[in-house]
Parts: sequence; C-alpha cells; structure tokens
Amino acid sequence: MSHAVTEAPAKTAGTKKPKPVLSEGKKAERRLGLWLCAPAAFVMLAVTGYPIVYSLWLSLQRYDLRFPAQQEFVGFANYGAVLSNSYWWTAFGTTMLLTVVSVAIEFVLGMVLALVMHRTLVGRGLIRTVALIPYGIVTVVAAFSWYYAWTPKTGYLANLLAGDSAPLTDQASSLLIIIGAEVWKTTPFMALLLMAGLALVPEDLLKAAAMDGATAWQRFTKVMLPVMKPAILVALLFRTLDAFRIFDNIFVLTNGAQDTASVSMQAYDNLVKGLNLGIGSTMAVLIFITVAIIAFLFIKVFGTAAPGSDTGGKR
Amino acid sequence: MAIGGAVTVGRKVRWGLVDILVLVFALVPVLWVLSLSFKTKDTLTDGAFIPQSWTWQNYADIFQTSEFIRALVNSIGIAIISTVIAVTLGTMAAYAIARLDFPGKQLLVGMSLLIAMFPQVSLVTPLFNIERNLSLFDTWPGLILPYITFALPLSIYTLSAFFREIPWELEKAAKMDGATPAQAFRKVIAPLAAPGVFTTAILVFIFCWNDFLFAISLTSTTASRTVPAALSFFTGSSQFEDPTGQVCAAAVVITVPIILFVLFFQRRIVAGLTSGAVKG
Repeated sequence: MSHAVTEAPAKTAGTKKPKPVLSEGKKAERRLGLWLCAPAAFVMLAVTGYPIVYSLWLSLQRYDLRFPAQQEFVGFANYGAVLSNSYWWTAFGTTMLLTVVSVAIEFVLGMVLALVMHRTLVGRGLIRTVALIPYGIVTVVAAFSWYYAWTPKTGYLANLLAGDSAPLTDQASSLLIIIGAEVWKTTPFMALLLMAGLALVPEDLLKAAAMDGATAWQRFTKVMLPVMKPAILVALLFRTLDAFRIFDNIFVLTNGAQDTASVSMQAYDNLVKGLNLGIGSTMAVLIFITVAIIAFLFIKVFGTAAPGSDTGGKR
Repeated sequence: MAIGGAVTVGRKVRWGLVDILVLVFALVPVLWVLSLSFKTKDTLTDGAFIPQSWTWQNYADIFQTSEFIRALVNSIGIAIISTVIAVTLGTMAAYAIARLDFPGKQLLVGMSLLIAMFPQVSLVTPLFNIERNLSLFDTWPGLILPYITFALPLSIYTLSAFFREIPWELEKAAKMDGATPAQAFRKVIAPLAAPGVFTTAILVFIFCWNDFLFAISLTSTTASRTVPAALSFFTGSSQFEDPTGQVCAAAVVITVPIILFVLFFQRRIVAGLTSGAVKG
C-alpha cells in the first residue's frame, strides 16, 4: 500500500499529458478485459444460465419422463402440489434442523480448533496439517467410515451400544449420526476461516487487556470476537449455505430412510429415480429461493460483507 | 491462551494433550476405513478397531474388477481436464478483474458469487434433461462442463485475491529496462503468479475429485462414472457377498492422493482458502 501512495502522483503526472493516447489505451484495456473475461463468463452462463431459465419453465409444466405424452403447461400447480405435500415439509424441517444444529456445533468446535491451531505451543505445523485432512477427504468416503462404524457387528462404535441396536435404522439416532459426520467433515473448513480472522486480532490489544486485568474469557468475548466479526459471519454464511444443500452424507448413511431425507435428496429422488422433471424442477426452484433468502438475511441483517465484494476496487 | 506468560513445561504438556485430542478427532475415522480395508473376510465383522489379521486381498480384488479401474480412470481424467480448463479461464478472468478497468466487471463478480451459492441440485434437473437431448449424458464432457462452471467462481476469487498482492510495478520496471510486454509477463509476472495459480489448481482438483451429486446424477454406466459414484454402487448391486472390504479399499485408494496434496501443500491451501474468503 505504501508503494501505491508514493507512486500514484508520478503515474498521473506521467500519463496525463497525452490525453487522446490515454483514452486509446483505456479502450484497449477495456477490450482486453472483456476478452479475458468472456470465456469464463460464457461457460458459466451456458452451463447455468439456460438451465436456470429452463428449470423455471419446467417447474410450470406437468412433465414426467415416464408419461411424456402428458406434458402440458400447468401454471403454479406443481408449486401447490409440492408445498401441500407432507414429505416436502418433513424434508424441509429435517434439512433446517440439520443445518442449524450442525452449523452451531461446527462454530463452537471450529472456534476451539482455530484457537488451538493458532496458539498451540507444540507441533503447530503438524496440527495445522492434520486438522485439514477431514476437509480434504472425499465426502462419500467419510460417510462410509461413519456408516460402517455404526453398522451392528462391523462397527466399533455400534458395538459400544448395548444389545443389537442398529442406530442407522432409527430416525433420531440417524440424524445424530448424520450431524456427527457433517460436523467432523466440515469443522476444519470453519476453523480455517476463523483462524484467518484470529490472525487479524492485534497481539498488543490482547496484552493491554490482560494488563488491565481482563480474564481469558473476557479477552475472548470483548477483544477477539468483535475483531473477528467479519470472518465469523463469512464462515457462518458459507457453512449455512453449504449445510442446507447436504446430499452425499445422507445418501450414503441412510439414503433418506426414516424421514432423514434432505430437500436436495427429495429433488434428486423425484428427478433421477422418479423421472418427474416437473416436480423435481419445482423443488429445485424452491431450494434456490430458500438459499437466496438465507444469503440475503445474512448479508442484510448481519451486515456481512459479501465475500469478495472488495474485488471491484483496484487496489 | 495466556498472554505473555513464560513457556513452562506444564503449559507445553497441556498444549500437547490438546493437540492429541485434535489428532484423534481428525484421524480416527480415516484410520477406521484404513483398518477395514486391511481386514480379512472372517474378521471384517468383529468390530475391532485394529485388524486381528491383515490382508491385501481387498486391494487385489478391486484392481481385478474393470468397474473400479474404469471409475479411477474416469475420475483422474475428468478431474485433470476440468482443473486445467477452469484454472486457465479463471486466471484470465482474475487477471482482468484484478488489473484492468472495464465495464461489466461487477456483473462478472456478482455472477460468479451467485453461482458459488447456487444449490447445485437445482441445476441437476435441467442439466439431466439437456444433456440427454444433446447426448452429453453419461459422457466425460457431461461432467467436465458442470465441474468447470462450479470451479470457476472458486478460481476467480482465490486468483484475483492472489493477483492483487503481486507487485505489478515490477512489470513496469522490466518494460523500462527494454523488455517486451510478453517478456515482462513471462520472466517477471508468471513466476510471481505461479504459486497462486498452483494453489487454485489444487483446490479445484479437490473439488472435482470429491463431487458426488453430479457424478451420480449425470452418469449411468462405467463410461463416465467416477469413483465416488461407483463406491455407492459397490454396496447396492454387489456381485461380492459383502463388499465392505472392497468399498474401504477403494475409499483408501481415492483418499491417498488428497491426503498427499494436503500434506505437501498445507500452507498454500490455507492461504488459498482464506485469502479468497476473508479479506478486509
């Protein structure tokens, strides 16, 4: 930054004189910028733009691949069908529960993990590396690990339980296991983002607070948390959006049995298993709307700086 | 967390204990899969954490089925092609965003943010149908295209964060000294940008390697099914009596590259993940 300050006057003085040349250069810069962005923008639009519109269109149709002849425009009838369906609301409730509980646990554990990674006196490199491993592991593999651990006889955890109980065949314990798998997998991600926030806390401030007699807990809540607020909100936002889209874990652990299906599972079931494109698209649009509302609430209500919103400025 | 206190043996021991807790938390599920993959058929259901008798049989079994080898080839090919394309396009766009002034920049940034937050399952429906019409369904490009799309926001964000940190005055200095723009780029800027590009490539590769939703929705045969999707079919339609051992062996095989990546590039991965997301 200090470079920029000293250099800026020289730059403007040097380039201001030949004005038409500058605008010529500006034009070239604009053209280059557009050309460089065009391929990325094109791919993103081609793969998501048309499908989004198409998805909206499909959601207004009765369109079942098993009965293609019956395709017709039905307006918002699909939305009525989905929103009055108890399976949808069960899945919605399950997804909300999973999201809220796992994000809450992840936040607490992630904060502890971040503090350990940031402050530990022994083996800091080792801890930082190993803590990343769950995040890197293929979600399906992690889910299988938990699946086998809780399978009666095969699993070391299932065997700890009394008798021949099979925890993955009961709703409450299935949900607990799904949350456990989700928390294990994504806490490191949360911890990483929080650690980036911890690095912003000035050491002097903590020392000053300690001098003034603040306890460790007071230093944490009164000094560290306020400084970390942007990092915390970004971490919570990312994780909430991600958790709401949970799919792999449930697919492997219960395949949606015993009312453990998430909304993503429901949409997938209607599409790939049921081949009902109309209803599947309607669910997809509803999920999109929900995610948009969550993002909006986070950004507006909590005042989260949208990730990368500073990208626009050329600094 | 004690501030300014002396580093005593007691505190070291306490931190050591905390470290061990973290290690256990992070590693037990991984070791469990590893242990299952080495168990023999008779001891598979004994529930012991450490195998009583060890065997390589599960690994031999999966490498004898063409199903797994095909899936592995698909996974490697699709992930590498997607990574190369996504990082190339992402680098171009990120350079423009970080360095150039042009109309529509905010639009592009906003669009990629939207895509990053997009529920992927809502794209599965239309993509499924479109790919069937274009006969892209169950082909490599059918998976590569969505992977590029969802990897692009990630690469644009991390790369433009990296690019903003590069001292671009050096480029000007090189040009003053008589280097052509191409030379200035190749000799001065490229070496500085390489770590960022490389980090992004690793993150994108992990993303493609891990994907399950697209892999399971947009494929139907071994022609393009990747390992994560193939794994879940090991259990369903098993030609083995109990596929647990094989599933775990396959799981270990696809986990090893990721763990190696994480071990070698830990510092860079952390920088890449956090610089893109938490700034200012």
